[in-house]
Amino acid sequence: MITTSDLSKTYKSNTVLNIPNLEIPKGQSFGLVGNNGAGKTTYFSLLLDLIRPTTGYIKSNEVLVNESEDWKPFTSAFIDESFLIGYLTPEEYFYFIGELRGQNKADVDALTAKFEDFFHGEILGQKKYLRDLSKGNQKKAGIVAALIGSPEVIILDEPFANLDPTTQIRLKQIIKELTDNRDVTVLISSHDLMHVTDVCERIVVLDKGEIVKDIETSEATLKELEAHFSSTTTII
Amino acid sequence: MIKRFLNLEWKQYFRSSYWQKSILLNILLVFFALYFVAIFLGMGIAMYPLLKKLYPTEDPLLVFNGFLFFWVLGDLFMRFFFQKLPVMSVKPLLTLPIKRGTVVNYVLGKSAASFFNFLPLFAIIPFGIMLIANGYNVSTILIWMLTLIVLTLIINFLNFIIESVSAETEVSFLPIIIIVGALYGLNHFEIISFSSLLGDSINAVMNNPVLVLIPFAILVILYYFNYKGLYKKLYLDNSLKTKAKEARSTNLEWTKKFGDIAPFLQLDLKLITRSKRAKSSLWMLGLGLLYGLFFYPNPVYADKTYFFIFIGIFVTGIFLINFGQFIPAWDSGYYKLLMSQNVKYEKYLKSKFTLMVMSVIIMFVLSIPYVYFGWKILLAHFAAAIYNIGVNSHVMLFGGSFNRKKIELDQKAAFNFQGTGAVQWIIGIPLMVLPMIIFATLNYFVNFEVAIAVIIVLGLIGIAFHQKIMKFITKKYQDTKYKMIDAFGQDN
Repeated sequence: MITTSDLSKTYKSNTVLNIPNLEIPKGQSFGLVGNNGAGKTTYFSLLLDLIRPTTGYIKSNEVLVNESEDWKPFTSAFIDESFLIGYLTPEEYFYFIGELRGQNKADVDALTAKFEDFFHGEILGQKKYLRDLSKGNQKKAGIVAALIGSPEVIILDEPFANLDPTTQIRLKQIIKELTDNRDVTVLISSHDLMHVTDVCERIVVLDKGEIVKDIETSEATLKELEAHFSSTTTII
Repeated sequence: MIKRFLNLEWKQYFRSSYWQKSILLNILLVFFALYFVAIFLGMGIAMYPLLKKLYPTEDPLLVFNGFLFFWVLGDLFMRFFFQKLPVMSVKPLLTLPIKRGTVVNYVLGKSAASFFNFLPLFAIIPFGIMLIANGYNVSTILIWMLTLIVLTLIINFLNFIIESVSAETEVSFLPIIIIVGALYGLNHFEIISFSSLLGDSINAVMNNPVLVLIPFAILVILYYFNYKGLYKKLYLDNSLKTKAKEARSTNLEWTKKFGDIAPFLQLDLKLITRSKRAKSSLWMLGLGLLYGLFFYPNPVYADKTYFFIFIGIFVTGIFLINFGQFIPAWDSGYYKLLMSQNVKYEKYLKSKFTLMVMSVIIMFVLSIPYVYFGWKILLAHFAAAIYNIGVNSHVMLFGGSFNRKKIELDQKAAFNFQGTGAVQWIIGIPLMVLPMIIFATLNYFVNFEVAIAVIIVLGLIGIAFHQKIMKFITKKYQDTKYKMIDAFGQDN
């Protein structure tokens, strides 16, 4: 589904990302972990063509991301608050995204209704603008907006941060359900090793822009990751 | 502690990307400052001989004091729009072991060191020296200077009180206009003669130096009120928690008529009605509409037909200019979303274009009553509207592709230069000056009708090539996409 080839991003002389080869098959739940500055957000930004690659390319569903815009209809993302439009209410925001993705109000309503549990009664019908919501609630709205219009690739940067425990657990269920039928590829990054090992079937560890580990998630994965990160700290 | 604060401010100023990127704007501001200094200096030096000449029988100092009231009003008015309380980014300081009082005193103290307080000195001191040179009592003049300096500071702190009150109101510049207008009116119609009242008070202070304590007392009281007001605002829940206004949902179904650009049109309309900064372009509509009234009733301009086109461009294009100059910075807060969503640039830009064209048409219709001042004005406005639609709207969109400045939507709008760069100044030239030059030349060498026709034809050419131009502009936006995303992601 997503082919990364010879991809690198360099700012002046500082290489922040260098991925010779990475293949993410359709329907995989893919986790990206790494310390700050490892290149997680850079990779996602490249996937969304928000920054230009220095070398190499990403192909999403056979579409060259940095040359064509045809990946947009089947890709959606929530990276940070700059994906929200502050002066809209959550409903209006959902409808707006829906219209961009060819969904009418009824479609959007049907979808958001499924997430009532996830919203915990704090998003819909609140008569508040998104800018007035708390960080956690903004995130909930952003994540659900990324699910509108049945995208095939969903990119979520740090989806668990800022969420309360209940919502974290619900989010994990949502992500698992998404990839259950193997149609949707989900890419998430996280600092929380527990959550990624719970949700993702494959975990890639980035360190200073390089892939240092590529693991099929199993019982032992969490231990392995914990060992990896505690050893790197002692080395540095 | 003060030293540390100053250090912080220094870094904040010089490390901001805003400073580094818009040296041109800074040079321009310095230029303005020097210009004003020169004017005040000239005023201070020329004041004595001038007053002597105009009022040969009277004491120039007393005449000057009689005019002080207008100085105060003017100063208050200017300050309201240009001087802002130098608020530090207070939030990180609140949890540190610094007394709240220290922070407040620092902010207020710093405001006293503002350029606006130094400017009058350039007039007061030369004038005072001239007075002494002409045989006035040195100690009297020194007291007079002191009084004026205190008066300047009083205006300084009075301004912040007015600003903090008006910040709460919907139309933030209304209170100042009402206050200044009312004072001026009362004085003008001699209901209460403030000018002689203020003049007499200053004279009294000069005759009896002990009275200088009274302006000092007023200053202290004003400072105290400012202190109290700021102190209260220094709590997290007060200034930092946003007042969540209840969201109103608006029915914008009618935009569906515009087809596939409807979602963007709705978004833009919501942007304009719901964010402070953009809302101001709505208020400017009213201001722009009345702009003609400054000129048309004035017999001086009655036969200056070349001026009509300028006013026409301004009146019909006020929204276009105000809103258009910040495309696409209006959407800078969520530009990444638009760029990664299923959005076609072309439709996005078309929506902005449609909005601008609608505003021009509406403004033209509303400006039809100006026909009262002559049919030529109506004709000129019509030509200007066509020109605005055909040329200026495209220029605005094109200029937007050079826009690299983020806008915070919820900040106060009047005379807020955030988001303004050199491009905005440069674009003003083809926008307003060019049509005026074309028109004036043709009007002078040929005649009015031909001049009008040429302006209309220029507009029509723009309309005819609309599709082509839009394609070109869209391409330009696509080429600068990464730069824009990067720039909009940075805080100023």
